[in-house]
Amino acid sequence: MSAADQGAPRRSWLVRLWAFVVELWDVLRRPSSVFGLGVLVFAGFVAGVVFWGGFNTALEVTNTEKFCTGCHEMRDNVFAELKPTIHFSNRSGVRASCPDCHVPHNWTDKIARKMQASKEVWGHLFGTINTREKFVDHRLELALHEWARFKANDSLECRNCHSAESMDITKQSPRASVAHQRFLFTGEKTCIDCHKGIAHHLPDMRGIPGWQ
Amino acid sequence: MIGKHWLLALAIISATASTSLVAQTVSSGLRGPTPLNEEGPAAPMTPLRNTTEKKVRSYPEQPPVIPHTTEGYQIDMNGNKCLSCHARARTAESQAPMVSITHFMDRDGQFLASVSPRRFFCTECHVPQNVVKPPVDNDFIDIDTLLSRAAPGGRR
Repeated sequence: MSAADQGAPRRSWLVRLWAFVVELWDVLRRPSSVFGLGVLVFAGFVAGVVFWGGFNTALEVTNTEKFCTGCHEMRDNVFAELKPTIHFSNRSGVRASCPDCHVPHNWTDKIARKMQASKEVWGHLFGTINTREKFVDHRLELALHEWARFKANDSLECRNCHSAESMDITKQSPRASVAHQRFLFTGEKTCIDCHKGIAHHLPDMRGIPGWQ
Repeated sequence: MIGKHWLLALAIISATASTSLVAQTVSSGLRGPTPLNEEGPAAPMTPLRNTTEKKVRSYPEQPPVIPHTTEGYQIDMNGNKCLSCHARARTAESQAPMVSITHFMDRDGQFLASVSPRRFFCTECHVPQNVVKPPVDNDFIDIDTLLSRAAPGGRR
């Protein structure tokens, strides 16, 4: 009855959407006959600033301790383990929060890491590590990923704060001084080779080089 | 009448005794001058000795004390940070003393290939040392000192 009232039968939504896309394309591919070139360039510039700024602001929001500890997987496991360590609270009051170590500071590397992190969103949505037991079961796999990343980039995130050049070995304990001169300064080893498990608990270390 | 006097005396004695106990200040090395019924301020945390220099053992069976800090060292079923340097295979790289062979022995006296599970938890016996002035003097005399006090020419 209703179809008869409207005269011609309504086309399906797919056909109408296609018609809209074709029409939009027709408008976009032709030069404007209404707006001046200056207006278009200026509007494009403003829109660019707004979108680029918005994008980077949103990106920085995802790069905060508050955001990282927003889901209970991080808050109850790795963040709780970080709290008693020197990277969370220390005499000088400098804190290394999650992204300082886990997100590259260089822009392109950061974007690559953020794209990888979509897997982590998937894991959150489907509850891959949503209980302590599941997290502990996955701890070795997760740790291996991070160790591989640190090894591949020569512990870049450590070196953002701890550079070998500004290290005063006379201020270090004899043990640390000897080890750093022998392995770090010669480039034989990188930070993560010896300093595993300094911010979070270790997984089962059987078979990991340097561990028993 | 005598009973009444005794009771009064007893009351006075007990009263003075209890007040003197409350007011009593025992100047102890550990407590300081804080009265016994009060809680004093917590002593400041002292740094750990971190010289890496061996300390002499007070007696041969003493587990050697750790001459470096062990802050944040994980020792549990997942791993043992101490063994990253002190395990047999790691000592060439670390130049640290190897875990004694006695630690490889199980309770039946059988030597295992590596550290026995009952000797796995290092800090049960070996402890790092804090840099402190001992609040109580220690007059322990080790056996060599004791023997050297023997009369010259006497029995050894």
